Amino acid sequence: MDKSILKNPFFKANPITVLVLGVCSALAVTVQLKGACVMALSVTVVTGFSSMLVSSIRNTIPNRVRIIIQLVIVALFVILIDQFLKAYAYDVSKQLSVYIGLIITNCIIMGRIEAFALGNKPFPSLVDGLANGMGYGLVLVIIAFIRELFGSGTLFGLQIIPQSWYMANGGFYENNGLVILPPMALIIVGCIIWAQRAVQKELQEER
Amino acid sequence: MEYINIFVKSVFVENMVFAFFLGMCSFLAVSKSVKTATGLGLAVIFVQLVTLPINYLLNKYLLAPGALAWLNPEYASLDLSFLSYIVFIAVIASIVQIVEMVVEKFSPALYSSLGIFLPLIAVNCAILGGSLFMQERGYANLGESISFAFGSGFGWFIAIVAIAAIREKLAYSNVPKPLKGLGISFIITGLMGIAFMSFMGIKL
Repeated sequence: MDKSILKNPFFKANPITVLVLGVCSALAVTVQLKGACVMALSVTVVTGFSSMLVSSIRNTIPNRVRIIIQLVIVALFVILIDQFLKAYAYDVSKQLSVYIGLIITNCIIMGRIEAFALGNKPFPSLVDGLANGMGYGLVLVIIAFIRELFGSGTLFGLQIIPQSWYMANGGFYENNGLVILPPMALIIVGCIIWAQRAVQKELQEER
Repeated sequence: MEYINIFVKSVFVENMVFAFFLGMCSFLAVSKSVKTATGLGLAVIFVQLVTLPINYLLNKYLLAPGALAWLNPEYASLDLSFLSYIVFIAVIASIVQIVEMVVEKFSPALYSSLGIFLPLIAVNCAILGGSLFMQERGYANLGESISFAFGSGFGWFIAIVAIAAIREKLAYSNVPKPLKGLGISFIITGLMGIAFMSFMGIKL
């Protein structure tokens, strides 16, 4: 099996920064690292297994109705994840609210099914799905790391910036409230893309 | 009055793109020219207006806890809400497919300008997101859900037309090379989001 299937999604063909897939959820769930990690894991599982399932029945799906069938398969896995989270991690499930359901329309999953799973055997499809989910998760974790550290001074809910630094305790430091606001997530992604394209010149666009 | 309030709130205060990031994928991919952006925006308004009321009725009479009581009082304890994802997405995908076929049959001119966007809309998060928000917020009646459908679709339309107009002008500006195209679009969307935050707290 080709190793690039596993390697490309992390940097060269990253779903978020290069293919622009699955941006919606990437931005909304990144205020805290915990939510971002749960989201990354859920998307990885759903992408991997729905790719595999679609790939194993790819020869029997009629072309005209394939979108509906794919969506139903994806919805099946998302319901499993949703019920699992509600049972074992209720607070995270509440925090992510509608964004768990929105994994169904996360373009990464449909994108990988359309672009890869429909033309490949089940096992490579599974690997491709999992790798893309992880590439997506990587960007999510980077954004959440920046936003939680500078926005609330914590990581995974643990205080990182010493309490004595804060203005309230006679120090010099104040949390940056702007980073927590939704628009800042977009600007951070913009900067990540900037950094990546400065390194990888072949990705730069003409206009 | 309540209807206008929901409409204004969903267009400006809780704009699908700037407050919830829904439909970002097509928002960034199809916003290179105002003309195509307008086509996609209109298609989104249309599909949102059709699917959201249908999903509202399905939620009210089929999925919500105790919703089946109208059929038989014994069913009052049933809760089918775990099925809502699959039902909503099936409704959206099939409506999109039906709309595509109807438009193709009866208005070839509209189809050729709108047609290519219709399949894209089935996986536009703004559509499914609208239905899920409708369920989460529990709108009181069909009228409220229709006004929310129109508001959220219209908000998305405004957002994509606005950014397409900015991107058209951007062709003449001197953007750093690695930031061209995608990078600068993200940052502009962020700045527009900050501008839209000034609508926060408006209540009619």
